[in-house]
Amino acid sequence: MTALRVLQAGPLVILMLLAAAMALLSPYFLTGRNLANLGFQASFVAVLALGQLLVIVTRGIDLSVGSVVGLAGVLAVDATAGASTLLVFAMAGLAVGLANGSVLVWGRVMNPFIVTLGTLGIVRGLALVLSDGQTRTGLDPVVTALGSDSVAGIPAPVLVVAALSAVIGGMLSRTQWGRWIYAVGGNPDGARRAGIPADRVLLSVYALSGLMAGVAAILVAGRTDSASPLAGQLLELDSITAVIIGGASFVGGRGRVLNVLAGALIIGVIRNGLDLLSVSPFWQMIAIGALVILSLELDVVRGGLETRLRASRALEATA
Amino acid sequence: MTPLLDVRGAVKSYGAVKALDRASLTVDAAEIVALLGDNGAGKSTLIKAISGVHALDAGTISLGGAAVAFRSPLEARAAGIETLHQDLGLFDNLSAVANFRIGRELRRPAWLGRLALLRERAMQEDWLVQLERLAVDRVDARQEVGLMSGGQRQAIAVLRAVAFAGRLVILDEPTAALGLRESAKVLDLVRRLPERGVAVVLISHNLEHVTQVADRAVVLRQGRTVGEAAPTAANHEALVSMIVGAVPRTAAGST
Repeated sequence: MTALRVLQAGPLVILMLLAAAMALLSPYFLTGRNLANLGFQASFVAVLALGQLLVIVTRGIDLSVGSVVGLAGVLAVDATAGASTLLVFAMAGLAVGLANGSVLVWGRVMNPFIVTLGTLGIVRGLALVLSDGQTRTGLDPVVTALGSDSVAGIPAPVLVVAALSAVIGGMLSRTQWGRWIYAVGGNPDGARRAGIPADRVLLSVYALSGLMAGVAAILVAGRTDSASPLAGQLLELDSITAVIIGGASFVGGRGRVLNVLAGALIIGVIRNGLDLLSVSPFWQMIAIGALVILSLELDVVRGGLETRLRASRALEATA
Repeated sequence: MTPLLDVRGAVKSYGAVKALDRASLTVDAAEIVALLGDNGAGKSTLIKAISGVHALDAGTISLGGAAVAFRSPLEARAAGIETLHQDLGLFDNLSAVANFRIGRELRRPAWLGRLALLRERAMQEDWLVQLERLAVDRVDARQEVGLMSGGQRQAIAVLRAVAFAGRLVILDEPTAALGLRESAKVLDLVRRLPERGVAVVLISHNLEHVTQVADRAVVLRQGRTVGEAAPTAANHEALVSMIVGAVPRTAAGST
């Protein structure tokens, strides 16, 4: 039982250990400026990972979120000024998410990997076509404020992540819909037989993942005050990495917001810390890749522990 | 008297395999009917049709005299039919209480609809009351069901089916994973259901259990209803003959 608890808290423990190690190795790591920088970087991944978590809990995956970051920026840079620019970002993301979900649910292509691999290409292509491959600068001040301002030393994107985490975390753990998301991930057939509208649950998680990608696009564009059709490339993989390092299970039904945030921060700390130590980015890729495999291994170990626990219970019951 | 449940001429094919071939079944209000048959006789297919999991190719199902055609398990549930399927339909990643209440969570405020907050405490208190009825020990309400023993898992699934049934509960092998003591408790629970006005369709391979609780036993073979008998100890042999297809009355071929 205690071993299980440790594994469930694993991502937070790994994060602490990594941060402590970096703090020892580099005197700059714990400076306010560096931590703010880390916050900006990790926030993109964190926002995407929140959406990705919902999808992965239902046994799915969303490979299109990085492309959405590119497309939403391209659409928004030409859009009307003011707060409605934010709406353009959000709607672009939501539209792609709804498209993913619709194809999955009604198109009867029950393979999210293939569907979102398709939209990854389509959406990135659209961004390139619409922008003619050009990066444009000059976004609405609301966008740059959200992406690059700080409030009392805390980067605005970090506050955005905190707010979204509270909303999504609350939805997952405290509402009926959140319970149903876990149910659909845990036993899709059982969920349908229990009268849960599994199709609508699936549609909603892809829609939310798209919406999160739209929000991440605001932060990315606001940070650089520009909209590049290539923005967000490979961020989909970072978001999946964060969710898996955060201990969510690829077979569905498991995953918690707090651990996913830890996962996003772990990626951030590794990149930031190794940068400070002047380690080549090539090695960073290797380090993060190794961590992904290690996380999956921990998931396997947890599964084994659970089986043993169940077996001992069964013996107890018959004794 | 109009039977509570009346299935007539039920036909269901899976590709070339005819799982049901004009099967019939009647259940009176507050009656306990055992549905017997060998593996592949069509028992599970028949109850899946009654509980709205899949539709029949042909045949009729009436409930309380009115024809019904459930397009989903939800519709069957709304009509007062609860089903315990053989795979239990549990969610290993959720707690015992969450499993018990799945799809019927208590929540508030109502105007938030499905985004309303779960009333965890109220659900837990209700769960404890239900647990007492089955007298199952050592089921931690908050523990994940995936970590529980086979008997505990089955107990949770049985409780879920029984607690919410309004008119009919269908139990597919409710004692399969249970020990002697636990089986006795489940059978006791089944026997008391008619007091609440709830009828039972019980599928079991255990004739002993059937004898203990059922008013009537109906036998399916190769998708057809081949006979019925009172499930008494004296009738065991006759029932077994019907199940395996060595019908005594034909004499020919039987030993």
